[in-house]
Amino acid sequence: MNISIEEIEKEIIEEFELFDNWIDKYEYLIDLGKSLPKIEEHEKTAENIISGCQSQVWLNAKKKDNKVHFFADSDAIMTKGIIAILIRVLSHQEPNEIINANLDFINTIGLKEQLSPTRANGLVSMIKKMKIYALGFEKTL
Amino acid sequence: MRNEKEIRDLFPLLDIKVNERPLIYFDNAATTQKSREVIAEIEKFYLHENSNIHRGVHHLSQISTDNFEKTRTTVQNFINAEYNHEIIFTKGTTESINLLASCYREILKKDDEIIISEMEHHSNIVPWQICCQNTGAKLKIIPIDINGNLDLKNFKKLLNSKTKLVAITHISNSLGTINPIENIIKLSHEKNAKVLIDGAQSAAHVKIDVQSLDADFYCFSAHKLFGPTGVGVLYGKEKLLNLLPPYQGGGEMIKDVSFEKTTYAPLPFKFEAGTPNICGVVAFKKAIELIKRIGIDKIQEHEDKLLAYATKKLKKIKGLKIYGEAELKSAIISFNIDGIHHYDLGLILDKMGIAIRTGHHCTQPVMKKFKIAGTARISFAYYNTFDEIDECVKAIEKAKKMLL
Repeated sequence: MNISIEEIEKEIIEEFELFDNWIDKYEYLIDLGKSLPKIEEHEKTAENIISGCQSQVWLNAKKKDNKVHFFADSDAIMTKGIIAILIRVLSHQEPNEIINANLDFINTIGLKEQLSPTRANGLVSMIKKMKIYALGFEKTL
Repeated sequence: MRNEKEIRDLFPLLDIKVNERPLIYFDNAATTQKSREVIAEIEKFYLHENSNIHRGVHHLSQISTDNFEKTRTTVQNFINAEYNHEIIFTKGTTESINLLASCYREILKKDDEIIISEMEHHSNIVPWQICCQNTGAKLKIIPIDINGNLDLKNFKKLLNSKTKLVAITHISNSLGTINPIENIIKLSHEKNAKVLIDGAQSAAHVKIDVQSLDADFYCFSAHKLFGPTGVGVLYGKEKLLNLLPPYQGGGEMIKDVSFEKTTYAPLPFKFEAGTPNICGVVAFKKAIELIKRIGIDKIQEHEDKLLAYATKKLKKIKGLKIYGEAELKSAIISFNIDGIHHYDLGLILDKMGIAIRTGHHCTQPVMKKFKIAGTARISFAYYNTFDEIDECVKAIEKAKKMLL
């Protein structure tokens, strides 16, 4: 049984409630970043790169059994931590669920306010790119 | 240096807290903080003096015109220009360079050559590329060595009778190198080439004397020397400015307009079409006066000490590499730490109240030279302190622990 996007968001909100300072929150993101599997060098193509981030981000997606699977990497570890959270929420979900996801948890856990405006723009770009992948897969159904 | 506290009190924004920590502002190469006097002047202008300039006969217009022109004379004295009409106000260094490049588009012919260097800011690369695309002129590049010095031997080889302009930065914004512009100007003049010096990073840090340098053109921005944003200067020798075609058309820059023929106003107004940043120009005077009061020698002396102290302390951090170790260097330090992305470092330092710049600093060719995507950059101003450097080094060590 698949866990829904909302349920995962709720889990993440609960996890972040445990942190009472920025250091813990950042260290958690750094750990998440370190644990995210690297993507192959040959998959780091110009088409996979996300603009709007100060660091480089590559995002790839595949569809299996009508579920979208995301793979991503970045040269900056904090960025990878954020991608890891997005992947946890949006990967293994059906395209229409990804497209319709509100992702309100980002504001709740203070990700947007914790990060600089340029980084927040990068966050928006990442989500947009994930949704575009989902949209592409939905059309090929 | 006068009393440290006395100096810092002149800059109110230095006293704030960022993320509950006292701000340490090390991003002065991007922009400096503004003095109380500059801020007060801006308020005074809009409360008591606001009016358009050079047009009205009325009381307020006279006051703002006088004050605007007083800044022109202050800038003239600041860089020791021969005449005050050699000072053109623009919106910043970028516009100053674009102004000149746009004029040169009308002058250059196919196969003429422009020389720039590998360490230029994008604002001193792209306008010349556009200029070359439009005219068929060629852009030649002086390479830099591994320490960030210009290769002068190569420069001498590049110079020839086709060279019409040499556009070089006085101080590199990403490496801190202070270029031997006196020598560059001398060598260029031997081949009858004109020289533009990009002084964006130098005006607040080293003495500028355009006459003794014999610079043909020199430009800088007010906001990098404690003044307001949106104000820049293009200095040009009278004779040369008179030879250039106008830049933008509009009000203020004309003598007579008819549909058959328009004649242009004399210098400096020929290059100042439209209503300028009057308030910014007026307030800029206060920033220059402050620099003069402190003394540029005192500023340089203090910043040199900060640079030496910070360089020594940073080098003790294991895995830290500094980019740009020219013999003559201004108070800018670009660096990376093994295994750490500069952007991660910047984010964590920000959390500790420390403002640094991360990225390619609009000098992608420099990054390419060193085969890196970017650096973390610390840049000092006169109001920075040794204690701030100590705090920053501690913060870098802490960030390193978190990230590695």
